[in-house]
Amino acid sequence: MPYQLLRFAMRKKYPEPRMFRSPDKLRDEYDVVIIGGGGHGLATAYYLAKNHGITDVAVLDQGYIGGGGTGRNTAIIRSNYLTEQGVAFYQRSVNLYADLSRELDFNLFYTKRGHYTLAHSDASMRTMRWRAEVNKHVGVDSEVVGPGFIKKEIPQIDLQCGGHQPPIVGALYHPPGAIARHDAVAWTYARGADRHGVEIHQKTKVTGIEVRDHAVAGVHTDKGFVKARKVLSAVAGWTTHITKMIDLHTPLVIHPLQALVTEPLKPWLDAIVVSGSLHVYMSQSTRGEVVGGASLDPYELISMRSTLDFAESMAGYFVDLFPCLSNVKIMRQWAGLCDMTPDFSPIMGTTPIRGFYIDAGWGTYGFKATPVCGETLAHTIAHNEEHKLIRLFTLARFGRFELVGEKGAASVGH
Amino acid sequence: MKLLTCPINGSRPIQEFTYGGAVRDMPAPDAVNDEQWGDYVFHRNGYPEVKREWWYHTASGVWFIAERDVVNDVIVRTYLYSKGND
Repeated sequence: MPYQLLRFAMRKKYPEPRMFRSPDKLRDEYDVVIIGGGGHGLATAYYLAKNHGITDVAVLDQGYIGGGGTGRNTAIIRSNYLTEQGVAFYQRSVNLYADLSRELDFNLFYTKRGHYTLAHSDASMRTMRWRAEVNKHVGVDSEVVGPGFIKKEIPQIDLQCGGHQPPIVGALYHPPGAIARHDAVAWTYARGADRHGVEIHQKTKVTGIEVRDHAVAGVHTDKGFVKARKVLSAVAGWTTHITKMIDLHTPLVIHPLQALVTEPLKPWLDAIVVSGSLHVYMSQSTRGEVVGGASLDPYELISMRSTLDFAESMAGYFVDLFPCLSNVKIMRQWAGLCDMTPDFSPIMGTTPIRGFYIDAGWGTYGFKATPVCGETLAHTIAHNEEHKLIRLFTLARFGRFELVGEKGAASVGH
Repeated sequence: MKLLTCPINGSRPIQEFTYGGAVRDMPAPDAVNDEQWGDYVFHRNGYPEVKREWWYHTASGVWFIAERDVVNDVIVRTYLYSKGND
């Protein structure tokens, strides 16, 4: 095997087939243009082609595919949300993820790990109980567990948190909680879409959106104008650039969210461990690195810089929970952009501009929803009407004062 | 360490401050319809540019205004709020 690997590395020409074509020119017109080649945009393109037979689609990305939030999140997949609607939506996503490697014929390293949301106080135990009951009511596998169970399943954990934090008094345990390789999700959706005839244009920046009589007519790019009657914006942290082009008001405010990985270790941590009170969520990746993420930076910033403050505080929380990590080195740290809404729920579907669809407000929980977003948005674009799973999430909800009450489950935990 | 200059207390670590959001004008509640009121309550200017923001020095209880470039996190200037400078 090593000899084979060596030969692979020594080849003059890259021996593997490319995942998708790179067309050199944009055509004059497409049925649908998708701005943003992240997981959501590519999944939408894939399901448009697969479920609705719409293959005349271009996906445009100003950089490279999966270079934004898709490649920067901590790759956690779960469905233990707080509202019935939220649970139904994310449960559909978990179901799609579980079968995705087979459907797309690519190993996404999707692994069920079990997801623990730790509680450090009676008040948070009450929230865990509430979430568990909502989950059970709609058929999602969740339960409240005590400190004994946590210690038995995760023997390395320090339930006293080194005396620096309030002790762990229990957790919401969600056995189907999983992780997957996030880059591969973007690549395989790209390949799946490409095989159906979708064109993927990287390094193509949208500079304007042509609107005539309150309807979309096309998009201006740095490679010329493209006619399209339907345009989806799925650009996460760059959404406010797009909405400014068409003077669309949204509640989106962008904050960075920082994450880091340690050096690779032998497998020791099977579970995904989240602590809302400590603002930390962590898991061990299939490469052995311990991946950790924090909550949002405390003020608006549209920059992917990472800070020493973050690395210091995250390292402290790591050691509070797992003293065995005290000599482990941090290997990398980075930030992703989170476009946040006031009710910690996304904005999806139609807008006042006919043919212009939006997928935004996914800051901090977008990766786990990738398949269901693609599926429901493809339906929305094909029928020009929101899919029933996303009716709550329209932009119009803010004008009607109909916010979605998901803050308790999404603001920190992953 | 990132510093922010409080108009009263001088240059202090940014951890001592709380971000209070952009400075915005409230429309007269009786003069607008529900949709316009919803627009004021929920919608924000999320576009990256230099913005006027409320900041609060937690230790001393001072609210003041900072002009900050939200792309590269550079604070242009800070000053106390008064009727004339809004």
